[in-house]
Amino acid sequence: MASELSRRGFLAGSGTAAATTFGFNLEAATAVAKELKIARTTQTHSICPYCAVGCSVVIHTIGDKAQNVKPAVVHIEGDPESPINRGTLCSKGASLKEFVNSDTRLTRPLYRAPGASEWQAISWEDAFTRMARRIKDSRDAGFEEKDGQGRVVNRLTNTAMIGGCTDTNEVNYLLGKFRFGMGIIGYENQARL
Amino acid sequence: MASLAATFGRGAMTNGWTDVANADVVLVMGGNPAENHPVGFRFVMEAKRKRKAKIVCVDPRFTRTAAVSDCYVPIRSGTDIAFLGGIIHYSLRKGLYQANYVRQHTNASFLINEGFGFDNGHFSGWDEAKNSYDKSTWQYELDANGHAKLDPTLEHPRSVFQLMKKHYSRYTPEKVAEICGCTAEEFTKAAAIICTAAAEDKSGTVLYALGWTQHSFAVQLIHAAAMVQLLMGNIGMPGGGVNAQRGHANIQGATDMGTWNTLPGYLKIPRANMASLDDYLKANTPKALRPNSLNYWGNTPKFMTSLLKGYYGDNATKENGFGYQWIPKAGETENYGWGYMFERMLDGKIDGLISFGMNPVANGPNTTKMLAALSKLKWMIVAENFETETSAFWNAKKLAEKYYPATGEPSTIATEVFLLPASCFAEKDGTFVNSSRWLQWKDAALDPPGDAKRDQEIIGQLYTRVRKLYEKEGGKAAEPLMNMQWNYATPLSPSLIEVAREVNGRDLTTGKQLNGFGELKDDGTTLCGNWIYSGSWTEAGNNMARRGQDDPTGLGLYPNYSWSWPANRRILYNRASSDVDGKPWDETRAPLRYRNARWVGDTPDYKADAKPDAYGSFIMLPEGVAKFFAADLVEGPFPEHYEPVESPVENALHSSVNANPMAKIFHAPMDKLGTSKDFPYVGITYRLTEHFHYWTKNTKGSSELQTNFFVEIPDGLAKEKSIKNGDPVRLSTARGHVDGPALVTKRFRGLQVGGKTVYQVGVPIHWGFVGRVKGPLINNLTASVYDPNSGTPEYKGFLVNLEKI
Amino acid sequence: MQTVAKLIDTSLCIGCKACEVACQEWNDQEFTLGTFGGTYQTKPELEHNFWNLIKFNEYETDGQLSWLMMKYQCMHCQDAGCMKACPAPGAIVRLDNGTVDFNHDNCIGCGYCITGCPFDVPRLSPTTKKVYKCTLCSDRTAVGLEPACIKTCPTNCLTFGTRTDLLRKAEDRAVELQADGSTHAGVYNPQGVGGTNVIYVLKDASNPESYGLPKDPTIPWTVSLWKGPVKLLGSVIFLGGILGTFFHYIRFGPKLEEEHPDD
Repeated sequence: MASELSRRGFLAGSGTAAATTFGFNLEAATAVAKELKIARTTQTHSICPYCAVGCSVVIHTIGDKAQNVKPAVVHIEGDPESPINRGTLCSKGASLKEFVNSDTRLTRPLYRAPGASEWQAISWEDAFTRMARRIKDSRDAGFEEKDGQGRVVNRLTNTAMIGGCTDTNEVNYLLGKFRFGMGIIGYENQARL
Repeated sequence: MASLAATFGRGAMTNGWTDVANADVVLVMGGNPAENHPVGFRFVMEAKRKRKAKIVCVDPRFTRTAAVSDCYVPIRSGTDIAFLGGIIHYSLRKGLYQANYVRQHTNASFLINEGFGFDNGHFSGWDEAKNSYDKSTWQYELDANGHAKLDPTLEHPRSVFQLMKKHYSRYTPEKVAEICGCTAEEFTKAAAIICTAAAEDKSGTVLYALGWTQHSFAVQLIHAAAMVQLLMGNIGMPGGGVNAQRGHANIQGATDMGTWNTLPGYLKIPRANMASLDDYLKANTPKALRPNSLNYWGNTPKFMTSLLKGYYGDNATKENGFGYQWIPKAGETENYGWGYMFERMLDGKIDGLISFGMNPVANGPNTTKMLAALSKLKWMIVAENFETETSAFWNAKKLAEKYYPATGEPSTIATEVFLLPASCFAEKDGTFVNSSRWLQWKDAALDPPGDAKRDQEIIGQLYTRVRKLYEKEGGKAAEPLMNMQWNYATPLSPSLIEVAREVNGRDLTTGKQLNGFGELKDDGTTLCGNWIYSGSWTEAGNNMARRGQDDPTGLGLYPNYSWSWPANRRILYNRASSDVDGKPWDETRAPLRYRNARWVGDTPDYKADAKPDAYGSFIMLPEGVAKFFAADLVEGPFPEHYEPVESPVENALHSSVNANPMAKIFHAPMDKLGTSKDFPYVGITYRLTEHFHYWTKNTKGSSELQTNFFVEIPDGLAKEKSIKNGDPVRLSTARGHVDGPALVTKRFRGLQVGGKTVYQVGVPIHWGFVGRVKGPLINNLTASVYDPNSGTPEYKGFLVNLEKI
Repeated sequence: MQTVAKLIDTSLCIGCKACEVACQEWNDQEFTLGTFGGTYQTKPELEHNFWNLIKFNEYETDGQLSWLMMKYQCMHCQDAGCMKACPAPGAIVRLDNGTVDFNHDNCIGCGYCITGCPFDVPRLSPTTKKVYKCTLCSDRTAVGLEPACIKTCPTNCLTFGTRTDLLRKAEDRAVELQADGSTHAGVYNPQGVGGTNVIYVLKDASNPESYGLPKDPTIPWTVSLWKGPVKLLGSVIFLGGILGTFFHYIRFGPKLEEEHPDD
């Protein structure tokens, strides 16, 4: 922030006011200008999750220094240090706060039983237990150690994976290990589409 | 990306966003960067402002990119190869190409076997019965050492140059106009601007996106663009290149890490006939086709062995082929790509699907088919930020019955669904790779909301728990599962820092992080999770988090900002920016210079201390040079104009072979194709600047900027149909329909094609049956028709009907 | 202190709407859903909680299609009609950097400023009954940050600086565009309002209406007439009833006049 201010300091702040047409003293008018909402924030560098230009953003959070208070995002703005976006953002990037803070974000695991017409809540513990069971059962049923010609293929074709373009390299690498540990060949991402 | 890899050696944007500012000519075609990559487009505007660059925009629609272009040419969707073939013809006929570049850095001088030819829609070797090509006539003529024969004069009738000249002699401006629907004058005006880049001291860039990749001949199309750029001498040059503008934050990184047919770093998936690691390496390590070819893929054994050490750690030994047997093997000709995956799912051959942030109901072709396929699953795991159409697919009947009348009630769908709340970008650290191949590290700013978890924890938990079940109960083929190295400090939620260090790789003898892939070995003494990322996290630390502002070349390369694969190289193929003696084509724009027996500037795409004439300049290809003639592609070594599978007209070059003979078309019951009798207009789909894909329909900002779905209609057609702005209309194909208000515009022009007016109608993607704002899914309309090389669906150019409702 | 200004170079606008969103975000405006208007434009016009609008216009001359896109907002006039019309002391103020800003503690919601504005910018909120418009992000400029719209603009279409510098820059750019073939390129800095602190470079300055800008904006005569009396009556502002009658005429008179020019 400090560096940003100095970089942009070519215009000194208009903290004082002057009398104008009406002859009123405008000191008060400027004094009521709201406090800069990013004056007390913690700033974190991140990268916009939308297209692949790779704009750098500064995420402003408040509340992370107080005990027992979960930090919340109060503002997201372009990062001036990025040679790509130099502080700028498009309309999607400029509204990233609405993505992070959206009241329709998923916040608990949901489960849909076979044939059910509604979601129901499920604990992580139950969800993990059931998912691991489903994966193992399918793997045990479908794993081919050899193909029809007796050649070693060690593959699982009854389970498929998709995704990854919204995730980091590191998570993609882990997904790759997961995939090959299981023996999965069918693995596709958005690049295909 | 299949095309760029075949032509140049790597499947990635050749240059980068910041480099576009160095261009003198910008051809925007098959993309709309002003709307879809607005911040990337700032460099186009900078080139325009500072270098007086000319922007040529070729697009079915007059887009926001067209609005700031110097030359706009409307074309019928799917006729881009005709247009680019026309540019090739224009350039060769007028002598407007960079002759020395073509001679030194391409395979123009290579001789092709006797018998190669093209006749009435097919290349030589076509087998009508098998519906495939015998490619033997498409190969180089080799000498006794297995090296390709050349004719440096380019005069030999079987030289690639002469064959290319002959092939494109049919693509006259008049023929281009007849196929594309623009006028010959419009075409010629654009061609003249594009060919100004043929001068040695001029650079032109090509910017494209899904407008090129979503055709049944997409890879050929991009190859055609690459050929234009080679003729202009624009590859390896600042302000040049063929620049794929990728559409998701880490679509490049995810692909770098592997898809169904690749392992990390574009190593190929083993096939069933490659029983041992030796077999695999023998099949996948290319031999040099010229004595001076560096043939960098010759190092495949080092890359593969180091990856296997990353995967299987101490379990990977020389004796057991470093665990190669545990990697799954596909049948020799099997394909597990998107179209095949959903076909298999529809056939009931897939029990379970695990999706991390992907939404096939919204983004797969023929939504009805996607819904039907998912209904056949026994279970599905979806990790997401928001509820999606995919996670709620079983409820489509209730949420969007009018579009999916045949879809079953929830009670008839037996799929068990787990919808897991995942973290968003701000809540996790790690790296995204942008379109420019820059790996940028980010930090987590906060924790995920409520009970949501970080993705690495979801994966860590699942992997660990499945393993525990095998430990407890035993089960089939436990070895590959148990031998995979998952020895992170916190296996239930691996630290991404630890993972990033593993991806970079280390020397197992010294325990030190590797400095780059040049240090990799094939004897099991190095470990590396992805060879192209080696150098990203060295002993010096996390290079991906660097924020250096210096730009020593003044070309916008920023070598100390983040880290770029491969080897922090910012402009791929940069050796081609100078001639065979090392003299830069343009002294004012040299990314590399040969000084005191070393190459300085950008990381050289060449041996750093080799003499300028020692090697060919395209080190990833066995030829050592870039390819006009690419026998790797399935439907021909030269791009040829084929009509979209659903087209309103006959192919004006060869009516007996209308569409790509090798296009992959699926034939499930719902995979219907239409004809122009019932569906007389051309439909296209696209993004709007206001939204991102199918995400921002969940967020407040974007939903305000464009709340509503609409159907964009040319004013001429609207008049014919008495449709006024805002009138409700229905757009339908043989697969399904979408309803929405009409947006009547002059920006879609009726085109004169084959003696009739062809109208094009467009629909923006972005809406669906869940979200803050809702609307029809446009893939209700699209067909299960795919490019045979890349497996990408034909989302641009399909037949539609339009009715007022 | 020098007067600051925004320069909007329409030749570089790509209609990306980043400025619209940055304005909404920075000013904590409530996002609302819209109805389909048959255009790419976010809203038909500015709203009390939407201060920055890109106007889109498909424009055809000599068979040549243009798609004009232009950011529209408060012009921060040198001679501001809204200020002249405002009867509430301290409700509309000019900061010493030239910004025309509203102080809502003093706004009485009479809406006369709306009449006084030749650019049709200020908007009355139906809930707070006060009038709102672009503040030039006075809280940001007060600490040396540029306004949110300028900061986010990807193409350098928007720049922020001193009015003197930007006027010179605008003239230079217009000359450059003329040399590149836009023979009618020019600067929009209308003198009818004493010049504006939002300056446009237009590729066709002879026809600002094609962008949605008034050709020769002036402060309505009724407001100009009122300029003198306001000064005199400044200290008897409590005579609201009398003033109200007069301002009602000011506010609605000119509109009638515009609508029925022959009356």
